[in-house]
Amino acid sequence: MSETYQLGCRECGKTWENAPRSFCEDCFSPLEVIYDYDSLKKTVRRENLVGRDFNMWRYAEMLPLSEDFVAPNAVGGTPLVAARKLAAHWGIENLYVKNDAVCFPSLSFKDRVVSTALVAARRFGFTTVGCSSTGNLANAVAAQAAQRGFDACVFIPADLEPAKVLNTAVYGARIVRINGNYDHVNRLCAQIADKFAWGLVNVNLRPYYSEGSKTQGYEIAEQLGWRLPDNVVVPMAGGSLIGKIAKAFKELVILGWVEPKPVKFFGAQATGCSPISDGVKRDLARFEPQKPNTIARSLAIGNPADGPFAMKLIRESGGWAEDISDPEIVDAIKLLAQTEGIFTETAGGVTAGVTQKLIQQGRISPQETTVVSITGNGLKTTDAIASEYPLTEAIAPRLDAFEAYLESQFAVAAAAK
Amino acid sequence: MPVTIEIPTAFRRFTDGTPKIDCSAATIADALNDLTTRFPALSRHVRDEQGQIRQFLNVYLNEEDIRFLGGEGCTLKEGDRVLLVPSIAGGCV
Repeated sequence: MSETYQLGCRECGKTWENAPRSFCEDCFSPLEVIYDYDSLKKTVRRENLVGRDFNMWRYAEMLPLSEDFVAPNAVGGTPLVAARKLAAHWGIENLYVKNDAVCFPSLSFKDRVVSTALVAARRFGFTTVGCSSTGNLANAVAAQAAQRGFDACVFIPADLEPAKVLNTAVYGARIVRINGNYDHVNRLCAQIADKFAWGLVNVNLRPYYSEGSKTQGYEIAEQLGWRLPDNVVVPMAGGSLIGKIAKAFKELVILGWVEPKPVKFFGAQATGCSPISDGVKRDLARFEPQKPNTIARSLAIGNPADGPFAMKLIRESGGWAEDISDPEIVDAIKLLAQTEGIFTETAGGVTAGVTQKLIQQGRISPQETTVVSITGNGLKTTDAIASEYPLTEAIAPRLDAFEAYLESQFAVAAAAK
Repeated sequence: MPVTIEIPTAFRRFTDGTPKIDCSAATIADALNDLTTRFPALSRHVRDEQGQIRQFLNVYLNEEDIRFLGGEGCTLKEGDRVLLVPSIAGGCV
């Protein structure tokens, strides 16, 4: 191939060059970007990164970009937090939180995927971009479309959290609310991409879009001192991210940037929408689609197209998949906030809560290095926990009022004992 | 002719550009058989080697994925629309 990458079918292996298409027209399986690693190995070196800013564009050579690519705004480069308090709470030793709750510009890991998708959108000549979204992706598309000069039109389920709708509208994107769940929205977008010449980032630009997820994997390895962890716990909706982190690790091994080692991949879902974890736990050949019913709406995809790949990866890596209830999600959001000062959205609560469950099950050992992928910010889903924190009574701005307040609080605390 | 099958663009190179067909099938399975009988080149794109509907091809009866309706044995009535849509992964993680 003349470029270092092109599209290839994940099932039958047929190649399709570079084009706005997401599935193999021979077998209907998803396409992904494949690279000429022999060529990359000759030119791409870890030393090249020295002096580059710490954001996702420092790995430009391993992404589907053009040779004359100029990095737009900084995206990614999020902290890998050594979570000592949370580790102690769970009785383990080496725990890290990859904190994409503070990913720029729109506070979720979706900024990474939109970044690479919009490079492809420009390349293919689209002037309007869009997506089907449970919220975070719409935020990311709207923000980056504004900054990079695209018209944006996003499709969302009508019952989405108000904060996520507002966080899209403010950037000037057109929002089309659909009476239906995410799977209905997604199906409609597949039909729209079939008919309109729009760049729908997670539909016809999907192979380029999903490559942006790899940068979370590259960053994790670099932040661990160019080594791979033993375990990664990743939230699963469509089931794409977990596979892209695995792809990133594999590429780093191919390039000789890290020592090869087995990494166990663990997938996290909410019990109210858990087709992939259900499939893993019941050892199904094919997952069974579900009707989502959970507060973790950013994970509420009942028919995950990358589900088969996620199940295969989890099984082959020796990992596992688990799911937790809505009350457990809320507890985990609070736990992460109160131990590590990280306020995550419901999806992050799912990941943290599932990690706890996996530790309790003995599937994650205390001495192993475990990375938990937190993908979105709690400010977007405050509805989910607002009832946990009712407003307290206001007091007068006087010292005696404060003293009376303290006394009443002590009385309440004593009564509680 | 009670039932319409809508054919996605990617399949139309096997249907001489035909975007939809009408048929009188009683079940989804019958409808797919009608479709692939009329356009034999489509057969291997609709079903895998084991005869199952391909994993990444979603089949809908009106607004609903047929897997929620009992699979391809579910019955059709006059005016039903059968949609074939490639499975495209979601907006999320």
